[in-house]
Amino acid sequence: MTAIKTENLTKKYKDKTVVNNLNLEIKEGELFALLGVNGAGKSTTIKMLTTLVTPTSGDAILFGKSIVSDRQAVKEITSVSPQETAVALNLTVKENLQLMAKIYGFKGSQVNEKVSEIITEFDLEEIEKSKAKTLSGGWQRRLSIAMALISEPKILFLDEPTLGLDVLARRELWEQIEKLKGNTTIILTTHYLEEAESLSDRIGIMNKGVLNAVGTANELIERAEAKDFEEAFVKLSKEAV
Amino acid sequence: MNMLAFATRNTKEILRDLLTLLFGLGFPIILLLLLSAINAGIPEEVGNTMFEIQNLTPGITVFGLSFMSLFASMLISKDRTTSFILRLFTSPLRASDYILGYTLPLLPMAVIQTAICYIVSLFLGFEFNINILLALVVNIPISVVFISLGLLFGTVLNEKAVGGICGALLTNLSAWFSNIWFDTGLVGGWFETVADILPFSHAVNAGRYAVAGDYSQIMPELIWVIVYAVVLTVTAVIVFSISMKKDK
Repeated sequence: MTAIKTENLTKKYKDKTVVNNLNLEIKEGELFALLGVNGAGKSTTIKMLTTLVTPTSGDAILFGKSIVSDRQAVKEITSVSPQETAVALNLTVKENLQLMAKIYGFKGSQVNEKVSEIITEFDLEEIEKSKAKTLSGGWQRRLSIAMALISEPKILFLDEPTLGLDVLARRELWEQIEKLKGNTTIILTTHYLEEAESLSDRIGIMNKGVLNAVGTANELIERAEAKDFEEAFVKLSKEAV
Repeated sequence: MNMLAFATRNTKEILRDLLTLLFGLGFPIILLLLLSAINAGIPEEVGNTMFEIQNLTPGITVFGLSFMSLFASMLISKDRTTSFILRLFTSPLRASDYILGYTLPLLPMAVIQTAICYIVSLFLGFEFNINILLALVVNIPISVVFISLGLLFGTVLNEKAVGGICGALLTNLSAWFSNIWFDTGLVGGWFETVADILPFSHAVNAGRYAVAGDYSQIMPELIWVIVYAVVLTVTAVIVFSISMKKDK
C-alpha cells in the first residue's frame, strides 16, 4: 500500500522555489531517507508533509488524506521528531510521554501502559523521573523520538534525528530506528551519508528543491558509476545543477 | 480530552516557575500593605476614602490580575520559540484547545490571587462578610480579559516585547483607567470617556458593589467586562489559528 504520494508538490517563497514539482511515492513500512546539502529542500518537504507549511501548489496524499484539504486527518496519522529537540523542558521524561499519549487520544490505563512500553523500548527507566532540561543532548533526542512514537503514528518523520550527537549516542539511536523498520513508515532527513546508507530502504537525493535521484544505496552507486555512496551522492547532487 | 492534557502541562510549567509565581501572587499584597500604611497617614479631615480598605481591596484584586496577562503572554511567547510547539502544531490539537489549555490553569491562579488579597485585607481591617465569595466570582470575567489579552499579545509578539507590553504598558493602562488610584471622574473629559469604554473601571466598580452587598448594581457594570472577555477570547482563538496556519 502507498503511504505517501506527492503530486507536483511545490513551495515558493516570493521568487525563490524551495521545493519544485516533487513527485515521490513511498510504500507502507518503508524507511525512506531524504538527502541533500543545506538548502536542498528536505526540511521544507517534511514541513509540508506534516502540515507546518502550506504548499504553493501540488499536493501530497498520506494514506488517502490530503495535506491541503484534510490537514486534521493527516495530523492524526503522522508524528514528527523535529530537527531541534522538541521536549517540554520543565516536565519529567514520564510526564512528556504522558502528555503526548493523551494529546493523541489515549485514555485512562492505556496512557500508563503505552508510556511504560515506550520507556522500556527506549531504555528510559533510569531517567523517567528526571526533568527533560537536566538530560544530556543524546537523552533529550532519544526522548524526543520516543515522544513522536508514543502516538503509534502510521508515518513518522525524523528530521535530522542525530544532528549534533556524539558517535555513541548516534549509534544507539540508529539501533532504535532499526527496530521500527517495517512497522512504521519512516521518512528520515539527514546530512550523514552513512546513516542514510545504513538505515534506509530507499534514498532520495534532493538539490535546489528538485529530487535528482531515487533508489537503494546500491542502485544509486551503480547509476552514478561511483566507487562508494559518498561519491554517488556528490555526483547525483550535481546532476541537475 | 487532549486539551486538558495540554492544560495540565501548562499548570506544571507555571507552578514550576516559582519566582514568577511568587511575584505574581505577592506583588498585589505588597501594594495592599503599602497603600494601607499611606492611608493610615492621611488625616481624616481630607475626606479621601479611595484608599480605605473596603474600597481599596476590590481595586487591588483587579490590578493584581493584570499580572495574569504577563504570565499568559510569557508562557505562550516562550513556547512559540521552541521546537516543542512545532511538534504540538503537527498534533491533532486545535487553536481553541491551545487557548483553553493556556487559559484554564491561569483561572484558578487568578481566583487564588484574589482570595489571598481578601485574606490579607481582613488583617488590615476589612470587615469579613460572605460577599467576599461573590467578589471572587465577580473577578472571573476580568481575569479572562487579562488572560486573553496576554494570549493575544503572546501570539503576535516575541518574548522580549510582551514584557514591555503586558508588563509595563498594560499594567499602567489598567491602573490609570480603573478608578483604583484616583477617581477618573475628577479628571473628566476624554480620560473619563476612555475609562468608561475600557473594562477596568467597570470590573473595579462591580467588585466594590459585590463586597458592599449592592447586588443590583453589579450586573450593569459586569456586563461590560463579560462582553470584553468573550470578544477577546474569540479574537485570541482566531489570531492563534491564523498563526498556526502561517508557514513555520
